[in-house]
Amino acid sequence: MAAKTLTIDGKEVSAAEGATILEAASDAGITLPTLCHLEGVYDVGACRMCLVEIAGTPKLLPACTTQVSEGMNVTTTSERLQQYRKMILELLFAERNHVCAVCVANGHCELQTLAYRQGMDHVRYDYCFPKWDVDITHPLYGMDHNRCILCTRCVRVCWHIEGAGTKNVAGRGAKAQIITDLFQPWGESDTCTNCGKCVMSCPTGALFYRGATVGEMERDRSKLEFIVTAREKKQWIP
Amino acid sequence: MDTLRVATVWLGGCSGCHMSFLDLDEFLLELAQKVELVFSPIVDVKEYPENVDLVLIEGAVCNEDHLEMVHKIRRRTKAIVAFGDCAVTGNVTAIRNQLGRGNAASVLQRAYLECADLNPQIPKEPGIVPPLLERVMPVHEVVHVDYYLPGCPPPADRIKALLEQVLAGAEPKLAGKDIKFG
Amino acid sequence: MDLNELLQIKEKELAAQKPHTLRCCMAAGCMSSNSQAVKDGLEKAVADAGLSNQVEVRGVGCMKLCCQGPLVQADPAGALYERVTPPDAASIVGTLLGGATHVGKGDPHDPFFTKQLSIVLANSGVVDPERIESYLAADGYTGLHEVLHEMTPKDVVEGLVKSGLRGRGGAGFPTGLKWGTVAKSPGEKKYVICNADEGDPGAFMDRSVLESDPHSVLEGMAIAAYAVGADQGFIYVRAEYPLAISRLQTAIRQAKQMGLLGSAIFESPFNFNIDIRIGAGAFVCGEETALMASVEGKRGTPRPRPPFPAESGLWGCPTLINNVETFANVPAIIRRGADWFASIGTEKSKGTKVFALAGKIKNTGLIEVPMGTRLRDIVEQMGGGAPDGGRIKAVQTGGPSGGCIPADALDTPVDYESLTKLGSIMGSGGMIVMDQTTNMVEIARFFMEFCMDESCGKCIPCRAGTVQMHHLLTKIIERKATLRDLAKLEELCDMVKHTSLCGLGQTAPNPTVSTLRFFRHEYLELLQPDTHGPHGNGAVTQPPVPA
Repeated sequence: MAAKTLTIDGKEVSAAEGATILEAASDAGITLPTLCHLEGVYDVGACRMCLVEIAGTPKLLPACTTQVSEGMNVTTTSERLQQYRKMILELLFAERNHVCAVCVANGHCELQTLAYRQGMDHVRYDYCFPKWDVDITHPLYGMDHNRCILCTRCVRVCWHIEGAGTKNVAGRGAKAQIITDLFQPWGESDTCTNCGKCVMSCPTGALFYRGATVGEMERDRSKLEFIVTAREKKQWIP
Repeated sequence: MDTLRVATVWLGGCSGCHMSFLDLDEFLLELAQKVELVFSPIVDVKEYPENVDLVLIEGAVCNEDHLEMVHKIRRRTKAIVAFGDCAVTGNVTAIRNQLGRGNAASVLQRAYLECADLNPQIPKEPGIVPPLLERVMPVHEVVHVDYYLPGCPPPADRIKALLEQVLAGAEPKLAGKDIKFG
Repeated sequence: MDLNELLQIKEKELAAQKPHTLRCCMAAGCMSSNSQAVKDGLEKAVADAGLSNQVEVRGVGCMKLCCQGPLVQADPAGALYERVTPPDAASIVGTLLGGATHVGKGDPHDPFFTKQLSIVLANSGVVDPERIESYLAADGYTGLHEVLHEMTPKDVVEGLVKSGLRGRGGAGFPTGLKWGTVAKSPGEKKYVICNADEGDPGAFMDRSVLESDPHSVLEGMAIAAYAVGADQGFIYVRAEYPLAISRLQTAIRQAKQMGLLGSAIFESPFNFNIDIRIGAGAFVCGEETALMASVEGKRGTPRPRPPFPAESGLWGCPTLINNVETFANVPAIIRRGADWFASIGTEKSKGTKVFALAGKIKNTGLIEVPMGTRLRDIVEQMGGGAPDGGRIKAVQTGGPSGGCIPADALDTPVDYESLTKLGSIMGSGGMIVMDQTTNMVEIARFFMEFCMDESCGKCIPCRAGTVQMHHLLTKIIERKATLRDLAKLEELCDMVKHTSLCGLGQTAPNPTVSTLRFFRHEYLELLQPDTHGPHGNGAVTQPPVPA
């Protein structure tokens, strides 16, 4: 496989052909903020947190889905990008009911962490305060739509790692939501294998183990990584 | 330097932020020498004074008294700090907004009628019990806020970090974990 | 089917023509005003008058002046009857015998008609869209024959490049270049898709083309398929267009029966089939990657590009995707030559453009004009200006992705670059005229609401950004906003434009941005003094405490 050389934030980097900018940056020790990206499942470029500037390209492109090319000159951090990232986070916080103080994921939440890392100390937009349900019909897990950011990580792990195809997205726009099977209570799902991968993948407090209370939802991603490594590299590394 | 005229205000919140303020422990002594606490739940002053340099507002704007109060504060204060998540985001106090139209009546019904052990009645003495607003708002939705001190409650260290910058005459600037919600 | 058979059908069809023809519009607009009953009435009146050998009553596609429908036109006399009702039929037929009629007549020499130049709509209102013979009589499918027997795929692509045709779906990407890219993309299997998911409010060009002349689209697709090396095509048409769907189904069936679609077309090695895929009502499925996901049976959401469909489209195969009007241009370009096409229009925008003229304008309907026609000629001469003596204030083009062009810029020629310079876009061809009674902030909010409702919800800027922009616009309209809110709105417009995943979000701020550019005073008039600031007067924004 041919290697490509490119510049990321002024640093010469080489990456395998077909690698994404996000992978190349990560290998070079450059961290980009991400939300919908999850190691092991394919990327969808939905959250727009990892947008980067590429010299000669008028549009901002997501690092997670854009492949490296020879001579590419990438800027991952600029005042403009930082401002956009902060605005994305503000929009997310205003969109649903992210009440960190009483959230199961408080202290272990990727949204909360990104917010302070990107310097978001308040939300300038009016909060929407929508009414969303909490589905606790499943014996082991719960889904709180108030905390969901529609990153679709749960959908992707359910379809592409577990292969169950239980989780999906219904509706559109601000009314879009994660559903189970054909929009039925999770507890009534015929396809859910109770594997819990969706819960492991969730960046916020939207998916949780039943019984977990404020701040108790820590995610163990090692099981996901274990399966993905086994599948892709044929290595069973516990 | 003149002594800084500082106030703290308790709007729609649980007073946890003030408890955390008291957790400043010995720093309180240092603070007492450098600032004059001109208005606070822990000071016996009834009327919010004029010419306040800095105010920490705990809690969201929930009722008509709060609304009037924050406007008064804005007129009489140089710098407002939204103190804690309720003031910054609405937080738990604002959860009733999710109930939509009529949420104020619903929460009163729940609290004072459905959950009452004896004498169920909704308090409504005119001029004494302030009517609830239809929408709970973070402070900056009502007036301009100068600085934000999130946290539920903001840990004492975080409060100290901000106050130290103010006392040093600097523009307070918190970053990283010091602006973490929750 | 070979060329001789094709020409025989044409000759037979022409020979069978009767001395008189009454063309009755059977497109959706007139049909919604009962034109089916008008046509039935005309047929009965012809039979009753014993004129069946003399007069043909032909159901045709859109006759363009939609506001005056149902329309009936008599050939060869040329009389154009407007707002025809079923009881009018007898007296219209009576005129053929020298009688008089009270039915109102339109002027076929009005600028609305005379300033049109029909390429895409050449057959519209002339041929019977439900009879392939009618299309063949108008030289239909001869372009396909020529391509298959006298041109290499490379010739076809080069011809398209030379013609200067650009995509009519909105963005104006050079069609020949796109075809060339798909043709060059490696892959055994390739697809051609016709995007008929027209969804802009006020736009009905593609619907009219499909209802009036479906074979021109099929022929254009077949030519494209030959050029790029595809053997399967899809037409993605929205479910809200049942008549267009039914006419397409009829047309595909007839073309297959005649061997003009299917295997070994015109006795060549070229095979091509077309299937219809019906959209389920999502505007975003007009975006090409969302459309392809929908064709594949998935949720219709867009994905980041690159890779572009030309490299990796439907099921990962190279895919050519063009709009209805783009395909409908192709047979004429082949038949009459790239030079002829390139001689029409402006330097960078060749050919004609179909517009759906609607809103506060006298003549609403369908027009086709050469590129470069001044907007003023369209709205004032052809459209007849605002009704009831009103003054035109602005013209909206490009639907929710476009902008509002103010009246003082009406001398702008209609071409891709000029409209873009004004902060609008050519778009697919919706043209909504506004007069002085229109509130431009309301217009901005209307389009923002449209985008908010139609956002698929995949990317955050579009999903949540449109909600906040709509909220801010509402606040402005309700006179609750300040300059601070306006600044927030403009900041969001910039952010949503630059960070959204697909065209829907990237262009959603356009109507707001363009009205802010040309009608900013209308926003400013609605703003309130800022009471939030450190030096504000502290006026209470909510009801004051009762005394």
